[in-house]
Amino acid sequence: MAIDVIGLTAERAAALLRGRECTAEELAQAYLDRIAAVDGEIHSYLHVDPERTLAAARAQDAGSGEGLAGVPIAYKDLLSTRGVPTTAGSRILEGFVPIEDADVVRWGDEAGLVSLGKTNLDEFAMGSSTEHSAYGPTRNPWDTARVPGGSSGGSAAVVAAGCAPWALGTDTGGSIRQPAAFCGLVGLMPTYGSVSRFGVVAFACSLEQVGPMTLTVRDAALLQQVIARDSGRDATCTGPREPIAVPEPSRLDGVTFGVPRAELEAGVEEGVRARFDESLAIAESLGARLVDVELPYARHGLAAYYVIAPAEASANLSRFDGVRYGLRVDAPDVRAMYEATRDAGFGAEAKRRIMIGTYALSAGYHDAYYVQAQRVRTLIRRDFDAAFAGVDAILLPTAPTVAFPIGARLDDPLAMYANDIFTLPVNLAGIPALSVPNGLSEGLPTGLQIIGPAHAENLLLRLGAAFEAEHAFDPVPPALRSAS
Amino acid sequence: MSGAWQRDGYEAVIGLEIHVQLDTASKMFCACPNRYGDEPNTNVCMVCLAHPGALPVANAEAVRQSARVGLALGCRIPDTSEFSRKQYFYPDSPKAYQISQYDQPLCAEGSFHVPGEGAFTVGITRAHLEEDAAKMIHAGGDAGRIQGSAGSVVDFNRAGTPLLEIVTEPDLRSPEQARRFLTLLRATVVAIGASDCDMEKGSLRADANVSIRPIGSEGYGTKTELKNMNSFRFLERGIEAELERQLGLVLAGEEVRQETLHFDPATGGLTSLRSKEEAHDYRYFPEPDLLPVTQDPDALAALAGQLPELPVARFARLTGTGLPESTALLLATEPELAAYFDDLAARVGDPKVAANWVMGELQAHLNATGIAADASPVTPERLAGLVALVVEGAINQTSAKEVFQALVEDPTATAAGVVEARGLAQMGDADELGAIVDGVLAAHPDEVAAFKGGREQVIGFLVGQCMKASGGRADAKALQALLRERLSA
Repeated sequence: MAIDVIGLTAERAAALLRGRECTAEELAQAYLDRIAAVDGEIHSYLHVDPERTLAAARAQDAGSGEGLAGVPIAYKDLLSTRGVPTTAGSRILEGFVPIEDADVVRWGDEAGLVSLGKTNLDEFAMGSSTEHSAYGPTRNPWDTARVPGGSSGGSAAVVAAGCAPWALGTDTGGSIRQPAAFCGLVGLMPTYGSVSRFGVVAFACSLEQVGPMTLTVRDAALLQQVIARDSGRDATCTGPREPIAVPEPSRLDGVTFGVPRAELEAGVEEGVRARFDESLAIAESLGARLVDVELPYARHGLAAYYVIAPAEASANLSRFDGVRYGLRVDAPDVRAMYEATRDAGFGAEAKRRIMIGTYALSAGYHDAYYVQAQRVRTLIRRDFDAAFAGVDAILLPTAPTVAFPIGARLDDPLAMYANDIFTLPVNLAGIPALSVPNGLSEGLPTGLQIIGPAHAENLLLRLGAAFEAEHAFDPVPPALRSAS
Repeated sequence: MSGAWQRDGYEAVIGLEIHVQLDTASKMFCACPNRYGDEPNTNVCMVCLAHPGALPVANAEAVRQSARVGLALGCRIPDTSEFSRKQYFYPDSPKAYQISQYDQPLCAEGSFHVPGEGAFTVGITRAHLEEDAAKMIHAGGDAGRIQGSAGSVVDFNRAGTPLLEIVTEPDLRSPEQARRFLTLLRATVVAIGASDCDMEKGSLRADANVSIRPIGSEGYGTKTELKNMNSFRFLERGIEAELERQLGLVLAGEEVRQETLHFDPATGGLTSLRSKEEAHDYRYFPEPDLLPVTQDPDALAALAGQLPELPVARFARLTGTGLPESTALLLATEPELAAYFDDLAARVGDPKVAANWVMGELQAHLNATGIAADASPVTPERLAGLVALVVEGAINQTSAKEVFQALVEDPTATAAGVVEARGLAQMGDADELGAIVDGVLAAHPDEVAAFKGGREQVIGFLVGQCMKASGGRADAKALQALLRERLSA
């Protein structure tokens, strides 16, 4: 049969497979055809290996065929894949082939998911637009002149463009939620420590988590069921506190939402603000109560984040030295080899963050920057703790803008960083947040961010399902609807 | 203080930094075997090669062994300690940072007593857990260093080996004290079973911080750091050489420069590795991939209670049984020999007799053959059989040496069996001895006359003649008594 993969959810794909309406091989082939047709323009995949994908699909067809077995998936190219190139969007890892899978990829394999390939990202997940990829920018399927967001922009674009039913991304400061918002998708950033980071190329260890990027809230829950586990190989991971449940839409009676109104004054686009206010009205119409909450230190999150994340990154990226793997630029002695390799291998944003982080940790500046930023982080965490004493969840726009034009912010790092103002504090606090589509502004998707206390994933998914049902948002970009 | 290094009004101030490789089955932060001597780059994985995405998981056994060593050094074991990243670029450091500990070490504030003549106590600043670097081999070039070498290779088998760094206060006052301290520290760690502390294999390494100051001064002079002293002798010689160098500078009116020095045991020379200006800024920060290490007070108390007898306690026990300090100290610092001694003493029932055998025949045999006490064919059980024969007078000392040698040569032989087979049983029969004595006296009338004339020392000659006539089996004391009896008759 001819399978229309545009707008096909993973849940529906699994139903097709279980109902024997198609084989895993046919489904994989349909996505590969779709990728061949549109990815030249979108540029969301860094690596596709049709033979490997089809072989994996055939293996699923030959197997027992339960649950999600045979459903395709795309992986952000920050996730190690054994035997498959993993670049982290950087020249310095060009040609690098991991010797092991990331835990989340291994668990995907164990669930029978079929990898379609590796998706584009800002180099080492450092960015909010995917323009910092060493392999060129990804385009937003809603408007190819615009960015898909980042750093998981490739994962967002493949799902929005019908080039995968779902994808895994990583979120260090908004890198799942913001591209999900920009591309009209659902994105879940899990509680810090509920998903194993083993095999995730490290950018800022204390901030990042792997999470699902999907067409529906139910798909996000299904994928979270696959990856929220403890393998014993990530010392900071304890797995989820309770099993992840797949939610049904429900009313919100008895739910109290906190709205940090003071934060909204910090430059939210008019259309984004209007959609956000409509969602507040939807919440009330579903029976929820809205109360104002204060997050007085959240506005310092950006500054604290841009000390802590680069500090960790400066150490994490030191291993790329040309000695053992990846790029090596030969030079007369070892020190010159380091310098030449790192100069050629890292892009401008990675270098900027290495410089900032190295400076922030240097003798004489360590206390003023790194230690001070950690204090701010503690205060932000307390802000959220205090707020959750009175509310079930906090609502904010995911990003203050819709997707911006490619190139618009590339020369202004601070403007680029500011796009994550509503998402960064959540990573600093280590708590979960879900972005769900929140209607269009000027024809482009906006996102509603639902932030919960640690290990409140099930609550967030239930709340997200309620908003999703009310919005009845069509995640397929208009241009693709007419094409299909 | 006894044993202090003092010259021209200056005294030595020395502190040590000791690295002990822990003898755990796996490495510090991954599951690779922690094994010395394997084919290069065979015990490696994503973690110890620092592939992207690799994460460390702390080895609980290494934490436990470190706490045991800390307890033995009288340290406080804080409820919480923390790993930190120590950053530097070098090909032996695959992550370009070493996971170590910074301001929250596993063990803090200990003190360690070195007994014996000129006993002294050394403050332990801290002991912290970290990972060892890879091993580098530089081909060609200058003295095995990377600069100027024709090429370098790296063996990552060693990368990630658990390493306990023990830092002392600057309490040592002479090279000899440094050696004595390190000797006893090594014995303590070996007794605990945390490491084999083999300096040749590099499982025990010591750096020394050395300075001099006017005697009686409370302040400190500029210190230098001495690296690469891979034996007790080199440690002592290296510090001695550096003290002399510093004294020469100070007496010449020059300043001591803060620097790191390499001691070359072959030439006895010191070469500068780097100066203060070239010192690293390690940019420490807490390791975000690991949670803080927490200690349960009850578990720590249990660990402390389960420590084996430590060398300092063994020294006190042995001197308490009347052993000389030198013997007790040797036994205290050599665990295999001490275990042998304890076994033998228990069988023989007299520690002094057991000590004489261990320090005499056994030591000579071990030194000559290079065998460890616990591997000697002459087990405590077999030696006890020999000692018993001597104690009950069944054989004399001369025969005993012969029997010991027979036990070395034939691992199946018993002392009693050798005595029987070789007819070495001591002549106890008075008639038999009397016949020998009478024969010797009759054969040496000149000596008999001399003795009677007052030259009593000829009795030694006569004893010797009797012993020869007995085939070495007579009891020398009994012979002498019998000779005197006959000569004075």
